[in-house]
Amino acid sequence: MMAQDRSKRNFLSFFSGKQFLIPLAALLALVIFNLIADPEFFRVTLGRNSAGDPVLAGNLISILDNGSELAILAIGMTLVTAASGGQDISAGAVIAICGSALLRVLCGSDLTSGQIQSPIIVAFLVCCLVGMLCGAFNGALVAFFRIQPMVATLILFTAGRSIAAWINNNELPMVADSTFASFGGYIKGVPMPTPFFIALICFAAVWALLRFTSLGLYVQSVGISEKTSRLNGLDPRIVKVGVFVIMGLCCAVAALIKVSRLKTINYSIIAKDIEMDAILAVALGGNPLSGGKFRMSSSILGAYVIQFLTTTLYKFDVQSDALSAYKAAAVIILVVLSSPVVREKLMKLLRSLSEPETAGKQV
Amino acid sequence: MFVCGESQDVPALIFRGNYMKENSILEMRGISRSFLSVKALQNVDFTLCRGEIMALMGENGAGKSTLIKILTGVYTKDSGEIYLKGHSGPVEISSPQQAQELGISTVYQEIPLCPNLSVAENIYAGRHKKRLISWRKLNEKAEKLLSSLGIPASPVQPLGSCSVAVQQMIAIARAVDMECSILVLDEPTSSLDEQETERLFELMRQLRSKGTGIIFVTHFLDQVYDICDRVTVLRDGRLTGVYNVSDITRVQLVAEMLGRELDDSPVAAEAEDKAVGEVLYHGRNIHSSENIAPFELTVRKGEISGFAGLLGSGRSECVRAVFGADKGTDGNVVMNGKTVSIRKPSDAIKNGIAYLSEDRKAEGIIGELSVRENIILALQVKKGFFRPFSKSEAEGFADEYIRALGIKTASADTPVKELSGGNQQKVILARWLLTHPEYLILDEPTRGIDIGAKADIQRLVKKLADDGMSVTFISSELGEMLGICSRLFVMRDRKMVGQLSGRQLSEDNIMKTIAGGEHDGAGPQ
Amino acid sequence: MKIKRIHKKRFCDLSDSTVLTMITAAVFVILYVFAMIVFQKGFLKPQTFFNLLNANAALMILSCGMTVVMVAGGIDISVGGVSALVTMCCAVFIDHHGGSFTGAALLALGIGLAFGLVQGFLVAYLEIQPFIITLAGMFFARGMTTIVCEAPFNVQNEDFVRIRETRINVPFLGSVNKNGIFINAYIEIGVIVALLTAAALFFLLKWTRTGRAFYAVGGNRQSALMLGINVKQTVFLSHLICGLLAGIGGFVYFMHVGSGSAANAAGAEMNAIASAIIGGTNLMGGAGNIIGTLLGTLTLALMQNIVSSAGLDQAWWTGITIAVMLCIFLIVQSVLIAAVILHRNPLTYGSMPAEFLYNLTKKSVGASSAQVLCGVALHEKSPPDRVHRQIIVYRIRGQTLFMGSIIYPVFCFFLSS
Repeated sequence: MMAQDRSKRNFLSFFSGKQFLIPLAALLALVIFNLIADPEFFRVTLGRNSAGDPVLAGNLISILDNGSELAILAIGMTLVTAASGGQDISAGAVIAICGSALLRVLCGSDLTSGQIQSPIIVAFLVCCLVGMLCGAFNGALVAFFRIQPMVATLILFTAGRSIAAWINNNELPMVADSTFASFGGYIKGVPMPTPFFIALICFAAVWALLRFTSLGLYVQSVGISEKTSRLNGLDPRIVKVGVFVIMGLCCAVAALIKVSRLKTINYSIIAKDIEMDAILAVALGGNPLSGGKFRMSSSILGAYVIQFLTTTLYKFDVQSDALSAYKAAAVIILVVLSSPVVREKLMKLLRSLSEPETAGKQV
Repeated sequence: MFVCGESQDVPALIFRGNYMKENSILEMRGISRSFLSVKALQNVDFTLCRGEIMALMGENGAGKSTLIKILTGVYTKDSGEIYLKGHSGPVEISSPQQAQELGISTVYQEIPLCPNLSVAENIYAGRHKKRLISWRKLNEKAEKLLSSLGIPASPVQPLGSCSVAVQQMIAIARAVDMECSILVLDEPTSSLDEQETERLFELMRQLRSKGTGIIFVTHFLDQVYDICDRVTVLRDGRLTGVYNVSDITRVQLVAEMLGRELDDSPVAAEAEDKAVGEVLYHGRNIHSSENIAPFELTVRKGEISGFAGLLGSGRSECVRAVFGADKGTDGNVVMNGKTVSIRKPSDAIKNGIAYLSEDRKAEGIIGELSVRENIILALQVKKGFFRPFSKSEAEGFADEYIRALGIKTASADTPVKELSGGNQQKVILARWLLTHPEYLILDEPTRGIDIGAKADIQRLVKKLADDGMSVTFISSELGEMLGICSRLFVMRDRKMVGQLSGRQLSEDNIMKTIAGGEHDGAGPQ
Repeated sequence: MKIKRIHKKRFCDLSDSTVLTMITAAVFVILYVFAMIVFQKGFLKPQTFFNLLNANAALMILSCGMTVVMVAGGIDISVGGVSALVTMCCAVFIDHHGGSFTGAALLALGIGLAFGLVQGFLVAYLEIQPFIITLAGMFFARGMTTIVCEAPFNVQNEDFVRIRETRINVPFLGSVNKNGIFINAYIEIGVIVALLTAAALFFLLKWTRTGRAFYAVGGNRQSALMLGINVKQTVFLSHLICGLLAGIGGFVYFMHVGSGSAANAAGAEMNAIASAIIGGTNLMGGAGNIIGTLLGTLTLALMQNIVSSAGLDQAWWTGITIAVMLCIFLIVQSVLIAAVILHRNPLTYGSMPAEFLYNLTKKSVGASSAQVLCGVALHEKSPPDRVHRQIIVYRIRGQTLFMGSIIYPVFCFFLSS
């Protein structure tokens, strides 16, 4: 009887616990769907790029490549969600600001020649600084003025792209430097796209951060009970500003990749709707959107699953503007399935389904 | 699930199977309800007669609030039937609104009315008969009601600008005005002082004489004997028994609640003077933004001191100021002979002060985190951001304290919110003991937890003091304070008005000091 | 102690929302007078004012819907997307399918209602965070707009153009043009629709049981439930009304611009939220009023107008201005909320923003002037139990800072240009 009880509980906890299984199941569903629709989807070939270097090509590679920015953002979004119980919807706009600042430093006053005027590292550091400033601004509104995160970030969400245009006086600087281009493309002789490696570095960094500091404990405590955290000597405000600053940093890194891919910037289109994808990644990772406990690996996997979905949709000739409709539908389904009310009803249904079985066995 | 062995275990105190008794207005039969896997109520019967005050008692987790919430339509029941006078056959109560329509009105302890609406609206919200509202009529009616009950509030003022006690009175006024046949009071006295409680009791007696049945949920034994006619006791989601208050002694009642025999007073009073240790903490002019008069506090090593005073007299605010828990805390503090500045909790922790808040849910536990994480939290923060404990270290700490304090938990990985109140309190205590404080402040550590855990905590506090730790202990129960503390600071109207120790410690003396008798002047002014 | 009983509201009995509305009204008047003095030509004409109405009728409707949803404690950021979808669907319906004007109007209502229904159901009955649902709703609507028709186009249908260009003259108001002919000021049909909607909602919120339920639910859901209010139904209704108004707003927008485009009503959700907040609607729910929202919309529009009159015509200034305005108002509101929290629940430490702003003022103008400006002297001298006075003090702080922060940058613009 006990054993049966336990197995039943495990079966049920499949839906309530075990976070990692949610994105994994979604991934599996997508893989199976693509296998049935077109097995060619998974083919990876070794081709040559325009520079004549051998590179890997194929949908899987492009998912790993294009999913990088999203995965990096998912790191920040997970922390923001956990600590503040809200989401940062200004991510795309902040990427635009960071990218614009990056180009401004790179190109200096000379916008058209394509020659870079200052070292890339300096430009990147400025870009990071700008990102962290934006994060700090959001964080300050949330932590010190106690504005709901989503509304606080709404400010940059609207103003961000305008600010980005303003930084470069609404002109579009071009960069034609091959070193700079390699951040969004390929390093000579390496067949995998660079963004993938940048993402790996970010994962390693966040792993180290979680492993060698108390970030995880602090963020979760603040997210669950701010008052208790304060009484235990934590300053919730600093933790909140901190996670928003990390989010800003993630945006800066994503901006580097994005701008390097394009070699220029388009203020109104760059990283459009990416915040939506990042929130989706966090939700898909099974992290509660109301804050508290989180699992980073789950979010990152979630991000790649989203990219998988995007690639699949593209493959079916869905317009990029219309993409958001499908993803929004996916979000709604996901959020509905993970809502406690629906979950409780599902559990009841499952229990009533499994009960006759156990009753039958008892007889 | 048709195997139902429990029904035979229920004491034959209830008339089962019959139709409603002649003068009863409410009968709940065989009520069960479970939350996911937890059975909160199992086959509970409950009856209420016309014109009686029925106390509903039980430890935390006994199922009182679940029963109340089923009656008022907040929760749905899994099985069972509810009969009301004037309704043939069982009634279904599926929403608070419906409960109101059936004449059941409720005053909840922890859920206030709407602070943003005006007083008048709060009294009449949710019960407008017409779709449109006439503000003039509404205010006039409210005015009459408020003055007839002697509640000092204006109908147009926003409820949020009234004091908590007045808000509670307004909630009761609302319930009274609905001319309900059943009034449910869920721990209404916990935020009222004695006078206000007395006024509430007066109101309850009036209602009783008019024939209203009142269900009174409380933790205070005194109040049960003061005002109630009968008492229903629940334990672990089951009905233990229904008794006439005049037929049952306190010891019996406590024993019923606990399911075991206990001494009437768990801790014997202690008369002897302890050897006085050296001064650990001395603070002058301590103040915070919480409207307390600046006070002076001296704490000696190995001593248990306490803050006595009525609720709202500022005793919690004082210890919070010592710990730096509130904004604007400051004062001249000397600890172990060194001048220190304590302005926020982290300062206090650094200096070896620990504080257990009275609000366990909001300021004590971190519900979703595991017992282990809850235990190491304070020490981790003290140790620093860049030096996290390894998993094995954390496990070591957790296991040690789970054993030492006898915390009942499935494992160290269980989320702390799944523990019972007493065990949660022990987890928080473990958290603070782990930081090895020199000065431990406990604000109502024994409130709302079962008597077994209460005795455990009392014993622990004494042992800690014997080992040289200074403890400040606050409790609403004077008897408990007298049993534990060797010195008491007495508070009145947010001012420290006196200090009592040694032979001065007696209930009589404390009462006099609180009331402003001869003992004035002993404290700093 | 005998309490004086008066039915008249004292100052401290006014809700925060009313105070904020009063501030907004004052700001609007001050800004308008200011604009009249500085840019005499344009702003002295009555038509300029009516053009503010004409151009923002749709936004007013959206803001009113937003107010209802925010009062009930939710938020709906899908309104802009729904409006865009409505414009596109109506355009396609009239132009490609030869639909009638009435049909298009019904279609608009239907789309709005559908969004309101679904979102309301998900938020109210499945208890999902409104922000997430309506964010998804926004993306869904924007995506659908592209799916319905990719390219933006103008509607050529004659009937429609005739109705859309109907102008209603305002009696006695107007200006003399270059040739000395008196031209009446006019408004569009949309303005009438907007004003009617606003009037209906004002009535709903103030005098009906349902309307008061919105406030109760927004103030404290649990309490509202215990008071016997059907919370789920109320939340559902608030989203339904907001969705419906998004449909109406979208149609009014369509009448104003006469085209279907995915770029229509871009950022309208943001403007609507900003208008509501500026007009005194509490972000956390439970406070707000329609008049304030209308004033908020107008203030916002006026700000944009002034910014562009000042020669800062580039597109990005609009976005930045709104963001700055919203930022300021949010901070003011947070100061007020902090004061209220401080007063209602002494255990929280919410006075931070007010203190922060006070310290900031102190640093820039010195302690004594800061005390006068922010009314702190009163606070520091007040006996410890006077909470009421404390609130007034914080309000004074909020007002002072708010006025300063709005008017100061405007002055800077003109000093520099």
